[in-house]
Amino acid sequence: MAGTRAAGVSARSEAIYQELILDHYRSPRNRSVLNDADVTITHRNPLCGDELIVYLAMDGTTVREARFTGQGCAISQAAASMLTGALRGGSVDDARVILASYSSMMHGDPASRDDPTLGELRALAGVARLPARVKCALLPADAFSRALDQFEERARS
Amino acid sequence: MHRSDFPLLAASPGLHYLDSAATTQKPAVVLDAMREFYETSNANPHRGAYELSGRATDRYQAARERVARFFGLGDPDCLIFTRGTTEALNLVAQAWGRRELEPRDEVVITAMDHHANFVPWQQIAIATGARLRICELTPDGRLDMDHMRELIGPRTRVVAFPHVSNALGTVNPVADIVALARDAGALTVCDGAQAAPHMPVHFDTLGVDLYAFSGHKICGPMGIGGLLGRRTVLESLPPWQHGGDMIQVVQDEFSSWNVLPHKFEAGTPNVADAVGLAAAVEYVDGIGLDTILAHERHLLALATDRLAAMDGLTIYGPPAAERSGVLSFTMADVHPHDLATILDADGVCIRAGHHCAQPLMRRLHVPATARASFYLYNDESDVDALMRGLQRAAALFAVAGSASD
Repeated sequence: MAGTRAAGVSARSEAIYQELILDHYRSPRNRSVLNDADVTITHRNPLCGDELIVYLAMDGTTVREARFTGQGCAISQAAASMLTGALRGGSVDDARVILASYSSMMHGDPASRDDPTLGELRALAGVARLPARVKCALLPADAFSRALDQFEERARS
Repeated sequence: MHRSDFPLLAASPGLHYLDSAATTQKPAVVLDAMREFYETSNANPHRGAYELSGRATDRYQAARERVARFFGLGDPDCLIFTRGTTEALNLVAQAWGRRELEPRDEVVITAMDHHANFVPWQQIAIATGARLRICELTPDGRLDMDHMRELIGPRTRVVAFPHVSNALGTVNPVADIVALARDAGALTVCDGAQAAPHMPVHFDTLGVDLYAFSGHKICGPMGIGGLLGRRTVLESLPPWQHGGDMIQVVQDEFSSWNVLPHKFEAGTPNVADAVGLAAAVEYVDGIGLDTILAHERHLLALATDRLAAMDGLTIYGPPAAERSGVLSFTMADVHPHDLATILDADGVCIRAGHHCAQPLMRRLHVPATARASFYLYNDESDVDALMRGLQRAAALFAVAGSASD
């Protein structure tokens, strides 16, 4: 029985570390400081000590540039890398929709796994089955959500 | 060795449990003792005038005596049962610190402390205006005793330190620290959470004033541990929590306190877990702590040698022969959490993270490490499985290949 259990877990965790995710981890996109950022958010995961800094530069309500720096595991770094690509060039509302769908996917919603707006982020769907790692995948999404909140608060005031 | 005594391990032949520094598995004798208590002796102790309550009281007292004997404590009333090490250390920091500490007083702790020792003293220092001094470490993860000698002086009121580091396995020189503290007239408080499961602890000859431990790391149930203390020290402390059992007389205007150990055990005690803990130390004593320590050291040395031979692997802490049960490491370009996930696929359970020791992680310049810890039920097949998993992780991440940065 334990053998079956171990094999089952194995299949799941193998699925997580796909080449696309490892590629984003080894060669992260948009991983650098954005000097003219309109919003900068530092987000920590107190459970693992990982720290992520996200930057947004806006053009009106369009995300002109999204970048990140910081350290973390393959899942949080790949998610951050993929999210920057997904958010760039879209509106704040587009970004909200993507972040909401991504969050749903991480909470196990099967519909989100087929959401074309998530693009490469769908490669992270398997993380939803590893509860201990969901927080890693959500760390950059939470950081970008907070960045959008701050941008909108400032725009209102 | 002894794997069949542990129902969870016996039912999971593919499981390689290497996280005993977090909590140990429980042998059947512990589970049986707790069930037997509830089935034959359950009542609220110290209260009822009926026979069953008396039986519960007797069981609780017998458990206290058995656990005291495990720790070489001659006076069982000087064992206070708590939820565990964390509660025991908070008890001391609050009860003693709130009354004794003043501005200009100094509290000495260490850079390798678990948050359970670090934060209570940090917070009581902030609350009282006392100054927190932190003993730094040598590059190989020992306490820097030269620094300790510099820190401990006439203003030092308390020295609180771990017997064994939970993140590195370093075994600290208790006698040397006690000698320094005693010369300065300071109280000594030792966090024994990681020592008590692995080596004989004889409180009456150890020299510290107060010693905290957790039962669940010694094969006992979660939710019970204790504080061992010198009678004069414990009697001088004010109570920490107030309620039933801990009082002598309650007037409208004031109250007076019960004798030890009751003064520090407000409310209905955790009798079943105490009974389970007594069964656990009976079990551990039956195998023998010297035997356990030798067994762990063998596995630790084997694992350390094999890991050290891997490319890209960094091992933290002093040499294996000077550590207790813990192997803390990182693999270049692979985050400890990714390692833990990949190892889990092989049924290998390790801890990844900051190990509730963020001040230590900062000094090691890492956000986290992976930690494998060994106990009496582990064997060489667990080391083999750990190695297989690490090699798989290295291959998957193509360690030493191109990495992020």
